[in-house]
Amino acid sequence: MAFLDNILLSLESLKANKLRAILTMLGIIIGIGSVITINTVGVSLSSTVSSSMQSLGATTITVQLTQKSEDDENTNQDVKIRKFADSTPGKNDLITDKMISDFKNDFKDKIQYIELSRSVGTGTVSNYDDSSSSTSVNVIGINDDYLKAEEVEIIYGRAIKNKKDGDKAICVVSDKFVEDALGLNPKDVVGETVTITVNNMPKTFFVAGVYEYEQETVSTALKQEVTTSFYIPIESARIINGDDEGYQSFKVVSTADTDTSAFLTTIGNYFENVYSRNDSWTASASSLESLISKFTEIMETISLAIAAIAAISLVVGGIGVMNIMLVSITERTKEIGTRKALGATNTSIRWQFITEAMVICLIGGIIGVVFGVSLGIVISKLIGFSASPSISSIVLALLFSLFIGVVFGYAPANKAAKLNPIDALRYE
Amino acid sequence: MGEKIISLKGIKKSFFIGKPNELEVLHGIDFEVNEGEFVAVVGESGSGKSTLMNIIGVLDRQTEGEYILDGIDISKANDKKLSEIRNKKVGFVFQTFNLIGRQSALKNVELPMLYNGVNKRERTKRAEELLEMVNMKDRMKHKPNELSGGQKQRVSIARAIANDPAVILADEPTGALDSQTSRTVMDIFHRLHKEQHKTIILITHNKEIADECDRVITLKDGMIINESKGGKRNGIS
Repeated sequence: MAFLDNILLSLESLKANKLRAILTMLGIIIGIGSVITINTVGVSLSSTVSSSMQSLGATTITVQLTQKSEDDENTNQDVKIRKFADSTPGKNDLITDKMISDFKNDFKDKIQYIELSRSVGTGTVSNYDDSSSSTSVNVIGINDDYLKAEEVEIIYGRAIKNKKDGDKAICVVSDKFVEDALGLNPKDVVGETVTITVNNMPKTFFVAGVYEYEQETVSTALKQEVTTSFYIPIESARIINGDDEGYQSFKVVSTADTDTSAFLTTIGNYFENVYSRNDSWTASASSLESLISKFTEIMETISLAIAAIAAISLVVGGIGVMNIMLVSITERTKEIGTRKALGATNTSIRWQFITEAMVICLIGGIIGVVFGVSLGIVISKLIGFSASPSISSIVLALLFSLFIGVVFGYAPANKAAKLNPIDALRYE
Repeated sequence: MGEKIISLKGIKKSFFIGKPNELEVLHGIDFEVNEGEFVAVVGESGSGKSTLMNIIGVLDRQTEGEYILDGIDISKANDKKLSEIRNKKVGFVFQTFNLIGRQSALKNVELPMLYNGVNKRERTKRAEELLEMVNMKDRMKHKPNELSGGQKQRVSIARAIANDPAVILADEPTGALDSQTSRTVMDIFHRLHKEQHKTIILITHNKEIADECDRVITLKDGMIINESKGGKRNGIS
């Protein structure tokens, strides 16, 4: 008896008991549906995250001073006391220009940019139209690579060139700052002076260039509340700040063909070595990618937990299918007897009922997939990610539902196959 | 008369073998049917005629004795072979019709051919022809519960001869029908016998119907107690 005939037969018998069939499928629908929902949301989430990784700077590695943990081998009592007393790095602990230039020389071919910056603090400027209010800016001393690495676009004038500019009082400001605080057209401001108050001291800078301010996130903040960056040469920042000679952190942008995660480890080891003689501080490397991989790990754990729950639901659904198959076979005992009298072999009876269980599970699986994909898309849209259901997991889910049909359909089908034809015919 | 189609020798059948309530239902039946014969088996309930019918129809095996159906020794056949014999050699007509309720008359007639591996086109064509022969073609799309008793029995006769079996085994085919529809059904059997020379074994407890057949075998308490010539037809052919 052909497989197709079995399928048609199954559909006929399901049609005869529609409500029962749907109720039986429910377990499978919920199981498959929840797996597909989670999968769709998960895949959408991680594909969105990884696609935005580049723009967020996945190739950027941050090297940062961190305290050595207390259980490090060479930690002695002295250091412990010091650590409790002082949790900020001392002057001698900071990353020096020398370390950075050594590092840069050692990894020339892998480094695209090194971003150095020194935060000076918040500067304020009285607004042109209302001197009682003021606009705040973040005053940051930067090196040449900084603006390139951060992909800040200079629209008028020029960027900061430290070699030439040295400790000169020049600055690069945002177009937004120019418009809001100074009330000028950005293209007219290059060469003009601007006086800001930093650390309670008024400082005057020549505007060397204007960069385009990019609004990063949707915000309801008012114009005045936006704080833009006010870039000055790094040497000027050092003078304003006083005597700190080093950096607490800097950023490395690797070249496009460098394996960021491997390079991350290399950098980590490099600076661990540099700081091997420092008792309480070291420099560690981290990147957005390492954060993302942590995030992915968490997502995977959640998915696994939900998959486990879904598996339980599928097993329960499978038992439901088995139960209804047993009921159906008891009801159809006479039919089975008739079929046997007409020449059905045990094998063809067994296949008839296994096929029926498989069809129930497959239809349940298809409904579950449709339901799961729709719900997944809705949830992804609500969170704000673009939804992309994965074809492979849909195929896998459908195959799995067929598998459940075989597993839970076999025992009832076998029972039917082994019925004695006379008893079955006599059954009322 | 033609060749021997059915040959039973010393057939015994016991139930609950080896248990205290062991019961021998058939006590050694010797019985032969030739090709093209129309034989009636009569007997009261409890006479063992259903058991004999099950053995002849290969639904059950004898405990003792030899049964040869169309040259095949049944006692030597395995389960799969028995299915094949039921499919190709025997055509069952039941008292309660035993049509499959979810399927149309046409599909029901196709069923034995389905298990015989006949392809769909041929199956449908033959089923239509058979239904036409029993005058049911106009209702072939109907499901059994939309048919009257006589119509159902006509469909099941069509089903019985679908694989052109060696023997048609009719177990009380008119038992659930009124006399008028019984007549129609019996006429079909006579037509199959006369025109297509089918071998038919009819089990009944209706003496009048039995007497229409070529030969009447009377069963009592698991023994053949009488064999007589029939052929007394009082109806229209």
